[in-house]
Amino acid sequence: MVLSAQDKTNVKGIFAKIGGQAEEYGAEALERMFSAYPTTKTYFPHFDVSHGSAQVKAHGKKVAAALVEAVNHIDDIAGALSKLSDLHAQKLRVDPVNFKLLGHCFLVAVASHNAAALTPEVHASLDKFLCAVGNVLTAKYR
Amino acid sequence: MVHWTAEEKQLISSIWSKVNVEECGAEALARLLIVYPWTQRFFDNFGNLSSPTAIIGNPKVRAHGKKVLTSFGEAIKNLDNIKTTYTKLSELHCEKLHVDPENFRLLGDILVIVMSAHFTKDFTPACQATWQKLVGVVAHALAYKYH
Repeated sequence: MVLSAQDKTNVKGIFAKIGGQAEEYGAEALERMFSAYPTTKTYFPHFDVSHGSAQVKAHGKKVAAALVEAVNHIDDIAGALSKLSDLHAQKLRVDPVNFKLLGHCFLVAVASHNAAALTPEVHASLDKFLCAVGNVLTAKYR
Repeated sequence: MVHWTAEEKQLISSIWSKVNVEECGAEALARLLIVYPWTQRFFDNFGNLSSPTAIIGNPKVRAHGKKVLTSFGEAIKNLDNIKTTYTKLSELHCEKLHVDPENFRLLGDILVIVMSAHFTKDFTPACQATWQKLVGVVAHALAYKYH
């Protein structure tokens, strides 16, 4: 699965629209994920996962920053997220299935705030991008 | 049998009552074919699926999307009996249509995204959680008679 030039344009475009609210989207994606997929909470036993949680907000900010970093280096996502990839492989070891769940919830969050911008083409590109990020983060698992 | 809380039933029916089945079904199926192009494999006889524009405008896609979502409505009418409701459809998808059940999960997730785009802030995390459960149950029921 390769990101075409159009995919990259679409992803940069939607992230430009999201702008400074990326952090909120990150937090919302997490909240949606914890709500819809309770098994994902097993990775955060130390978190208060209730609505409005400061920990979820802070973590959402981290997630968003990583996504923005990937967008800004969209020609070399593996390079941009190399340290994060090491972290997930060696320390966090989040089962790969969960990246799809968070990616999906990020899409749902974008849809709920930017329906008009999430055309089918942009939806496809963003889905591909989120898959690519997930793949990078699990690339060194074994 | 799946257990639905009163809150879940309320979240399902209040959303569903506002869904335009034809529009929503058409959009969900179109997005499935666009976002996961390999799903087009089941629709060789649908004519032009060569671009997102072609897919969105394709009358067969619209009609089939409406059919699929109308059937979804049956599940909602029979929340306590979804497996039985879908027995024949499950057999059909296995024996005649040969559809990998993974596709039901993909369509379910697309439907959730379409709902989120349509209902925006009303599609709260709790609402999404209920609908993820519903699409999961429907996918499971459709796969249930596979052999």
